[in-house]
Order: sequence, then C-alpha cells, then structure tokens
Amino acid sequence: MGSPSNLELILSGKICFVTGSTRGIGWATAETLSRYGATVILNGRTPSELLEERRRTLQERLGQPVLALAGDVGDPADVEACYAQIFKEYKRLDVLVNNAGTMQDALLGMISKDLIQSVINTNVTGAILHLQAAARLMARARSGSIINLTSIIGRMGKEGQTVYASSKAALIGMTLAAAKELAPKGIRVNAIAPGMIDTEMTRQLPPDRHAAAVNSIKLGRIGRPEEVAQAVLFFASDLSSYVTGQVLGVDGGMVL
Amino acid sequence: METAHDKLKSAFTMALPLPPDQVCEEIAYGRTAGWDSVAHMTLIAQIEGEFDVMLGTEDVIGMSSFLKAKEILAKHGVSF
Repeated sequence: MGSPSNLELILSGKICFVTGSTRGIGWATAETLSRYGATVILNGRTPSELLEERRRTLQERLGQPVLALAGDVGDPADVEACYAQIFKEYKRLDVLVNNAGTMQDALLGMISKDLIQSVINTNVTGAILHLQAAARLMARARSGSIINLTSIIGRMGKEGQTVYASSKAALIGMTLAAAKELAPKGIRVNAIAPGMIDTEMTRQLPPDRHAAAVNSIKLGRIGRPEEVAQAVLFFASDLSSYVTGQVLGVDGGMVL
Repeated sequence: METAHDKLKSAFTMALPLPPDQVCEEIAYGRTAGWDSVAHMTLIAQIEGEFDVMLGTEDVIGMSSFLKAKEILAKHGVSF
C-alpha cells in the first residue's frame, strides 16, 4: 500500500489488539497497523506455532514490537487473562479490533442448537466480552477506538446464513449502543462490513457460488484483506477522530 | 503516609459526585445518590488506577459497596 510520508507513523506508540489475527483479514489488519507504527497484539484461539511464527514474522518485517496472546474470544476466562496480560505489559490499550469470527452455514431446517450457540458465542458474546474489557482499559486514558468486523451479510442477509447474519447484525447493534455509551469517555466505536474478500474462507466456496458472488460486485472483483485493513487503519487512527457509531461497507458495491 | 483505606476513599471521591465527608463504608451501588452504572465504571477505572490492578468482570459487577470494594481489593493483594 502506498503511504504518504506524513502518515507513516500515524499509529506510533499506539497499542492495538487484533483478535483472530493469524490469518485473513485479521492478519492483514495486524500488518497494516504495525506498518503505521503500532505495537500490535496478535491473538489466536490456542497457543500455536502459527501464532508465534506470525508474531516473529511481523516484528522482524516491520520492526515494531509485537505481542502474541492466545485465547478463545468466547471464553470469559481467556478474555480476562488476555486483558490482565495487556494491563501488565502496557497499562493501557488504544485500539481493539474485534475481528475473530466464525461462519457456519446451514439452511433454516438444518440449524442445530449447537450451531447457533457456537456462532453466537464466538461472534457476539466474544465481541461483547472484548468490548467490555477493552473499554475499561481505554476509559483510564479517556481515549480509544474499537472497531467491530461485521459483514455485508449482517446488513443484507443471505439464504443459508440465518445464524451468521444474525450474529453479524448483532455486532451492528452492539456498535451503535456502545458508541453512545462510550462517547462521553472519549472512546469511539465503529464497525466495518466487508463484502466478498479473498480469504481462505471464501476460497473454500464451490466455484459456481464463488463466481456468482464476484458477479454481484459492482467493482467487478473480489476485495483484498488489505483493503479492509485500510478501513481499520482509518478508524484506528485520529484520521477518524470525529467519527463514531458508523458502519462502513467495504464491499466494492456488492449487491445481495 | 496514605493508607489503602485513604486511597480507596480518594477513588470514590473522584468517581462519585459526593463530598469527601459523605464517602463512608455504608455507601452502596444503587442506594447512594449518583452511584449509577456510569459512575460505577468511572469508579472501577479510578480504583484500578489507584491500586494498579486490573479487575475481572465478576469483580466489577460485584463491587456493590465500599466494604465490598475492600473485600475484592484484598483478593488482589491489597492490605487494609
């Protein structure tokens, strides 16, 4: 990504926590925030070679400090442990990117209770737990930015994705409510709703569904994870200092 | 020297719209004027800052009185 020199270290000194950041949009976001000077905290569900390898790669490549914290976003004890560690290391948090999520499709008649609980626990409960803990750290400095990764599916819906759409729509409601509650503390809360982005998840779609999805994008191509990360950069930085409670579509004009 | 009790009282004074002489062990969430959910989160931030601790969510929810705050802080190694 081209970066005008006056923006080069726009996140210098900022502590940014990106959940679910070992791959896809989360990884691209971590890279982008680090490139602009942030100290990034990576997160994966469990301690893994991949998480440590990502931490090392990012730190060596861009020269900014990187911390890796394993923890399941839907597990309250894990979330608490993550924030206790952040407090111990930095005493503060400037940016939370609520990115971790799961997509499990099923037609209405095939939705099990377990599927509902699994998706809601990761996508909604996990995001709220992180929002709650992050807001407390940010409130100390009366400043911070929380960015929730929702989806075009949460705004427009799609057959076979009732549970996923519900969870992503919940994130929009969460964003709007939290933005109002946290504004007096100087904390901004916004959401990004990506459309079809080139990730491992979308590459697993059957070819006909993949092609149909691309055909519904006005810009005529699938989005890149880095393009979502650039929107995160906007919300994470003071470029958006007067923006809160917004949902930004990053979808190339996709129509569902 | 400022005691832990003094520091806790100071956190309450900073967070709640109460004159210092009204901050006593009897004050409680929902019963003390001005100690609402918004003030509660400010109070938590003040206490965390004052004692350099990070409280868990259950502690935050359970901190319903001055006495309870002492009890919770004791769990985090603060001696009163």
